[in-house]
Amino acid sequence: MDTIISITSAFTSVALAAAVIVGFVFVNATALGYIERKLCGRFQRRIGPMEVGWHGILQMPVDGIKLIAKQLIVPSHVAGPLFYVAPVLAFAPAALPFLVMPFAPRIQVLAMEAGLVFVLAVISFNTFAVFLAGWSSNNNYSMIGALRAVAQNISYEIPILLSLLTVVFLTGSFNLSRIVQVQESLWFVLRHPGAILAFLVFFIAAIAETNRAPFDLPEAESELTAGFHTEYSGIAFGMFMIAEYTYLFVNCCLATAVFFGGWWGPTLPFGQYSSCIWFFIKAYTLVFIVIWCRWTFPRVRFDQLMNLSWKYLIPIALGNLLLTALCTKL
Amino acid sequence: MSEYRIIAEVVFYLLIVLTVAGAVLAVTARILIHAVVGLAVTFLGVAGFYVYLGSPFLSMMQILIYAGAITIVLVFGTMIGYTPRQIVETKIRDKNLRLALPACLVSGVVLCSAVVTAGLGTMRQSGDTGIADIGKRLLYEFSLAFELISLLLLIAMVGAMVIVGGQEERDAE
Repeated sequence: MDTIISITSAFTSVALAAAVIVGFVFVNATALGYIERKLCGRFQRRIGPMEVGWHGILQMPVDGIKLIAKQLIVPSHVAGPLFYVAPVLAFAPAALPFLVMPFAPRIQVLAMEAGLVFVLAVISFNTFAVFLAGWSSNNNYSMIGALRAVAQNISYEIPILLSLLTVVFLTGSFNLSRIVQVQESLWFVLRHPGAILAFLVFFIAAIAETNRAPFDLPEAESELTAGFHTEYSGIAFGMFMIAEYTYLFVNCCLATAVFFGGWWGPTLPFGQYSSCIWFFIKAYTLVFIVIWCRWTFPRVRFDQLMNLSWKYLIPIALGNLLLTALCTKL
Repeated sequence: MSEYRIIAEVVFYLLIVLTVAGAVLAVTARILIHAVVGLAVTFLGVAGFYVYLGSPFLSMMQILIYAGAITIVLVFGTMIGYTPRQIVETKIRDKNLRLALPACLVSGVVLCSAVVTAGLGTMRQSGDTGIADIGKRLLYEFSLAFELISLLLLIAMVGAMVIVGGQEERDAE
């Protein structure tokens, strides 16, 4: 009997931790949705949502409730169980990268030796979900969206890996908290010319990897209706949106930890929480820049997208990696 | 810690079921994309076993390369050839059987002999030896195997280019 009780208590603590992380994923996606709509309005010289709550602050929670309450309309031509699996597969792993993210010296769930590889492995799995969604929808728009998503994600995973490897060469570790600790005196992006180039490559490739404008070709609403998630309604569509915002935030957290010194910063008047607050300030600043790019640049053509990765980003990242390796050995 | 151990064992048996179920789906599925999904599930299950064997790094690599990259390549191949509801005719009684049987036999004998020589006792955890150690071993102890694999990949790449290039010329004619 005692073992059963202790198993339930152990299970409860695991479930509680999972609930906290998933709750953060939901809150973060809601907040980013609001920020995005508000900023988009400002960039287009509008004021954005104003009606629901103070300055429209309740707009996104209300939209979320609407999505949950909506009927799921499933077209008769979709391909069986995979159609239902795809949104779950997009949403479920999205919370995993937060396990190894070093938010502060003491706030990290899992101090994994290969933390950086773990984050990349989880992010790469999103491609499969997007493909399954587009393919199982069984219509031409979604199929083209899925084809584009797969080609785009394969092409942009390489520059992401190569640019992050530059910093791994400089620190000699895949451990994210170790990478942050090394940057105590100066951030990598200020310290090393190779790291600046690596960050630029990473930033462009990360925008493409999360399928955001100007690289949002898998969903390109003016050409493909809504691309891979055309046939999804209600919360199934909502899951894709939450996954997109979460991966956006994960990429910004990764850039913060790897290039911008993670939790290091001048002391703030919040005591022990100031390091954690610094991390979030940096991450959300990067999110702001990503949103800024989205509403500033027009969408690229597909051949331009492929050329950018294979002819520019990959050679630059590869050369940068070799030069950095040479410099660190000399 | 024993309660966590029980949870870990339950997860371990779930992993076994998941891996075998994925493999069965991969072999028996009549819609080709379901076979690819089954294979992806098996890859993820094997990645879970690497965690239990004490090497998270290998597990990450398994997810990144097999579940991430190789599955996507397979998906690309099937996506171009088949529509979502097309059912592939399995020709079990054809020459496929004559080819499949020896292949299964050879790999089966090799695997069984490996299991028999190793014994079915408790598996020893190799421990997380560290990524730097893996790198050193690959480039010092096992450098010949490492280089041979890279050579194999190079040959495969050149071969793919030759096949595709020849195709284009033939189409032009």
